[in-house]
Amino acid sequence: MKSNSIYFRAGSATLQSIPILVLAAASVSLFLFALDFSPFAIIRAMAAGSLTSWLKFSQLLSIWVPLLLCSCGLLFTFKAGLWNIGIEGQVVMGAIAATTILRLNPTSLPPVFTIIVAMLAACVGGSLWGLLVGILKNRGGVNEIFGGLGLNFVAQGIILYLIFGPWKRAGIASMSGTDIFARDLWLPMPVGWRVAPAALVTAVCAFALTWLLLSHTRFGLRVKAVGLNPEVSRLFHINPDRYGLFAIMVGGALAGLAGGLQVTGVYHRLIPAISSGYGYLGLLVVMLANYKSLPVPLITLFFAWLAAGSIQLPIMLQIDSSLSGVIQGACVLSALLVHGLRKQRKG
Amino acid sequence: MKNATIIGVLLAALCCIAAPGIAQETAKTFTFGLLMVGPANDHGWSQAHFEAAKEIEKEVAHTKMLYIDKVNPADRPGITIPMLVDDLISKGAKLIIGNSDDMKDGMREAALMHPDIYFLHISGDDALHDKTGNNLSNLMGRMEYGKMMAGFAAAMTSKTGKIAYLGPLINAETRRLTASAFLGARYAWTHVLKKPAADLHFKVNWIGFWFNIPGVTSDPTLVTKQLLDSGYDVVISGIDTTEALVVAGQRRKAGKAVWAIPYDFKDACNEAPDACLGVPYFNWLPGYKQFITAARDGKWKKQFVWLGPDWKDINNPETSSIGFVEGRALGKSQRAALATFQQGLANGSINLFTGPLNFQDGSVFLKKGETATDEQIWNLPKLLEGMEGAGK
Repeated sequence: MKSNSIYFRAGSATLQSIPILVLAAASVSLFLFALDFSPFAIIRAMAAGSLTSWLKFSQLLSIWVPLLLCSCGLLFTFKAGLWNIGIEGQVVMGAIAATTILRLNPTSLPPVFTIIVAMLAACVGGSLWGLLVGILKNRGGVNEIFGGLGLNFVAQGIILYLIFGPWKRAGIASMSGTDIFARDLWLPMPVGWRVAPAALVTAVCAFALTWLLLSHTRFGLRVKAVGLNPEVSRLFHINPDRYGLFAIMVGGALAGLAGGLQVTGVYHRLIPAISSGYGYLGLLVVMLANYKSLPVPLITLFFAWLAAGSIQLPIMLQIDSSLSGVIQGACVLSALLVHGLRKQRKG
Repeated sequence: MKNATIIGVLLAALCCIAAPGIAQETAKTFTFGLLMVGPANDHGWSQAHFEAAKEIEKEVAHTKMLYIDKVNPADRPGITIPMLVDDLISKGAKLIIGNSDDMKDGMREAALMHPDIYFLHISGDDALHDKTGNNLSNLMGRMEYGKMMAGFAAAMTSKTGKIAYLGPLINAETRRLTASAFLGARYAWTHVLKKPAADLHFKVNWIGFWFNIPGVTSDPTLVTKQLLDSGYDVVISGIDTTEALVVAGQRRKAGKAVWAIPYDFKDACNEAPDACLGVPYFNWLPGYKQFITAARDGKWKKQFVWLGPDWKDINNPETSSIGFVEGRALGKSQRAALATFQQGLANGSINLFTGPLNFQDGSVFLKKGETATDEQIWNLPKLLEGMEGAGK
């Protein structure tokens, strides 16, 4: 087996994550024992609720899709050395852009065409919102964390304004959401499925493309060079500002696509919580993956399982489902700790 | 393929752990699922549903409840109504109750996906419109009466003649309930206290949803504070939770003459009894019993049911779907006046939806002597003349 083969790297990444998982599992179990809950009962309930049938697993996949897209987007920006906190806003702007097209719903065109245009619009919406963060950084000297955070609030303001104002239902003013779209504008879903196959394929392709671009192209190499050392990259005639912008625009496009798929594939309308926090969750995923691409699909699957399974806690065990957030947090903290210790030992 | 193997083993292990956990129900038990929009202990709308469902388990033989609360996209991101319905059905539920207006689209979608399962959507009217199959019915209480009593108690007590209504979101349901509270207040003001109608101020402030969602809705605590600061001395709550009463209770402790009227749940006054004039509440037990028994016995019929108070005893838990509990802060003479008012409502001598009534914009709702039909009240399109605040 060649040492740089994909399997070897994926395998070693998985092996590396074992101490993280052990640490996380131990700390969460201690916490649960302290609260007098059985971790085994919890795992059993969560597994039964999401892994025992295709129907349930496909629900899990419906969470996996947007989370994977957001995480892929974040891989680009993290590689470029950028903390793209603004990803939530990019998801929201993607959702708004898609909704704009879906609301127009030109009946003369086939619905499939409208949906495709809406998804492209979602990419453009997210991408442009990311571009704003980049311009603020490059031209205004605003750190991308603060610029992104600020733009998240602006995006949230815009979505609330649209839902409570111009896009409200007739005779109704509610933060509940806009009118539901015509059925032919929903992503088609076979009977017994809870995730649209088109969304699934999109997410898998997006990941493959992300991995290819970042690991096997000159573009990926340059983005990484910028992230590792912007000053040195200049010596190789790589403009760090420009590659930072590229990275954040690609990242924004993927985040926007996640928002678009949420609108047409999951909620079938625009709601204030359309991002479902997947952007922020994606940040945790990529940190847990130690900023590497290959572990991302599995970690997102694990997080999607936590999210989908957590609903079992109140139903089966009368435990608040926010416990899954505790587990996620414990995983990420354990990861940061293990990576930090490794670095210290190396350094 | 190391990673694939490891993941495969992990997933297989999880499935093995999971398999024995799947519930085995006896064939006799009738399981129903309850989806609540807020927390089961919100001292308001959701708790009223939760307690009724628990009572059903005790009173109706062979029934078992599964429930999940906080069913809304802000509390449970990424989780949709059809997902939860799938899950409850996989655990044996044969009837799904969705307790919120916000679940209308999700319930409709789930009902289409599962034609062999019964669905009861609270507060909607899909069953009237052929929007779904025969498996979806609607249930609501005639809270108009409760709100009229609330408005009446508010106007009888107010020193400033300024009454505020802390509204959730704007739709036909909330328009008819705020309008009812206004009509009750105006009746007390003009017919009992004999004061000029122009001196009564009735203002509606909408927060944007059924309860506070930080960053999305207006904060009901802040809104109540602002209302009390600007001279409104009674706040009638129309939201699912008790912020109005809590704030009024704090002000009361500080020596201010202010009151509040919570909503939905019979014990809601307990949050701040000294500031509470009373609470109009839903008792879901009679309605639940009707539908759950019918579903259990195979006698389900698609219907729209709008249950009122049992005028013989509006606080009878077995028979009255709407009740009013008087609060500790309601004065003696006001109690007597309220009792007379309730008698008038009961025997039909008082019908507040009687013309002349105009809409807020001056257009005619009911001509002189005309009384509103159920349909006109259910679908009230605008607020009424004399009310301040947005109406759509």
